[in-house]
Amino acid sequence: MNWFGRQRSGSRAKERLQLVLIHDRTDLTSEELRELKDEILEVIARHVDFDSDAVQIAVEHDGRSQRLVADIPLRSVTRRRAE
Amino acid sequence: MTAQVITLSSGKGGVGKTTAVANIAVALAADGLKVVCIDGDIGLRNLDVVLGLENRIVYDVVDVIEGRCKLRQAMIRDKHLTGLYLIPAAQTRDKTAVSPSDMVRVCNELRPDHDYILIDSPAGIERGFRNAIAPADRVFVVTNPEISAVRDADRVIGILEAEEKRNPALIINRLNPALVKQNDMLSAEDVLDLLGIPLIGIVPEDQSVIIGSNHGTPVAQDPRSRAGQAFRNIARRLRGQEVPFLGMEKQSGLWDRLQKITGRRA
Repeated sequence: MNWFGRQRSGSRAKERLQLVLIHDRTDLTSEELRELKDEILEVIARHVDFDSDAVQIAVEHDGRSQRLVADIPLRSVTRRRAE
Repeated sequence: MTAQVITLSSGKGGVGKTTAVANIAVALAADGLKVVCIDGDIGLRNLDVVLGLENRIVYDVVDVIEGRCKLRQAMIRDKHLTGLYLIPAAQTRDKTAVSPSDMVRVCNELRPDHDYILIDSPAGIERGFRNAIAPADRVFVVTNPEISAVRDADRVIGILEAEEKRNPALIINRLNPALVKQNDMLSAEDVLDLLGIPLIGIVPEDQSVIIGSNHGTPVAQDPRSRAGQAFRNIARRLRGQEVPFLGMEKQSGLWDRLQKITGRRA
């Protein structure tokens, strides 16, 4: 951030490129990725209870390879009963 | 002697491929090696002017391929460096005049008598690029620390992976250390992190490169040019020597201080 609260353009360029390269390499648009996330969560919700506010699903890159990383915190059964 | 074939490619045009080919070739030849440069940009030749050899062209690579001359006749010898030759591109033809197997054949004929064959790939990822990478033992991907150049470099690297062209290496050209320092330019580390292939050189932005092109004398021959030093370092790394990377400005600054103390330049 600079004095005006605006992000410096170098960091902005890197962030934008990270997203663009994920889409270029996987042929997955951000819209498709959103749909994919929704479907994954729909399936998981049928089986277990999870904290939907804390869910994180994103494509991460590790050198030249991409991975879809999902972090889905589950609610425990005892906590559910107590609620 | 069996030459190693190195192709310089970039995807995006205007990032400095031709300049890099000319300078690395000059640096290698100045060290006494035998080097042939091939201009792979059929229809848009430029390596001849950057090397200052445009007035000596009689035959070109398409003449060789189509049997109008012997390979030797199309090899233009440099004015100053005895081991340096250029095989120019045809100017009045297009890339369909050459096939990947033609390039492999030309390079195989050159290999026994030389140390390095450097191929200047055209921009783009079509036929001309395919021709240029076909004979390559190694590919150097040239990029600028700039959003569209990095994106196109990533496409090229993806194609090289798919073609199983092993160990591509990255040349980051025209890095402006002052802009990197104020975080208004992607740093060398940023570009490496995004593209995920090993680095072979960082070339700082340097006015002397244009002046060198104007004269037809690549800056690798100018001992005072920072870019020239960077290109000489690439040539040394290509030969397997360990040369530290300079201009990684986002790092501690220790190297800067060391340079000032020892009086060494980039």
